[in-house]
Amino acid sequence: MKSAVIVFPGSNCDRDLAVCLRDVTGQAPAIIWHGESELPEGLDLIGVPGGFSYGDYLRSGAMAARSPVMQAVVKAAAKGVKVLGICNGFQVLTEAGLLPGALMRNAGIHFVCRPVPLTVENNQNSFTSKYNAGERITVSVAHHDGNYAADEATLARLEGEGRVVFRYAEPVNGSAHDIAGVINDAGNVMGMMPHPERMADLGAGLDDGRRVFESLLAA
Amino acid sequence: MKRRIFVTLKNGVLDPQGKAVHHALSGLGFSGVNDVRIGKLVELDVAEGTNDAALAEMCEKLLANTVIENYRIEAA
Repeated sequence: MKSAVIVFPGSNCDRDLAVCLRDVTGQAPAIIWHGESELPEGLDLIGVPGGFSYGDYLRSGAMAARSPVMQAVVKAAAKGVKVLGICNGFQVLTEAGLLPGALMRNAGIHFVCRPVPLTVENNQNSFTSKYNAGERITVSVAHHDGNYAADEATLARLEGEGRVVFRYAEPVNGSAHDIAGVINDAGNVMGMMPHPERMADLGAGLDDGRRVFESLLAA
Repeated sequence: MKRRIFVTLKNGVLDPQGKAVHHALSGLGFSGVNDVRIGKLVELDVAEGTNDAALAEMCEKLLANTVIENYRIEAA
């Protein structure tokens, strides 16, 4: 599987994601700087990592979403290349219009950094096929702006179309419908606030996130 | 010429910062504050003759996230 990890000024989970992709896929991802306007040919997956791109100026993900490389990511996504946005990467994908909704300041104001229980709501897609539907897993979150918001019509559409992929199994940040991860209409772009790449090392005992990448490898 | 862009959360969108500030004001003894909503002010110095349509486009494309925010343009 040929993958790439996008790096913005202020990204800080890019290396974790790259290590995880290399470990699971056996192939090191291309590392793409935000100023690039072209991506390598033949990519299967683009990872948009966590962090604080552009210092979260204006809004989390807002500046990164308008960077040259994101224009290329939007084009690649339209051609069917799979895109996974994690944490700040999820914020970037919503700001870029690849996913619906917005990620707002956590309802409790506090930065939330801890393992949280998630329910896998949908396993009929390229990102979660290795999980069982309804399975309870534990994945770390580390965010200040993870409070998912969308209008009622959008929420109803996401629920009705099975596009809520992960849901928090306990209150975490005030997200509408406890949404932790959503997928686009075409099924090739997913964003999630929890960090599966931090829970993907088989030696560390906590590896509930690994199957996201195994699912992608099998897709 | 100068223009001011006010970016505010839409009605009905929870504003946790506003809630915290409201709570702090109450703690300082300021009674009679019914609600607090926090927004952003963006001051632009733009070329003479820049019209409101161009400013609105800036708001739509970057300055506001219209999923959750409204914007208002004023002469400064």
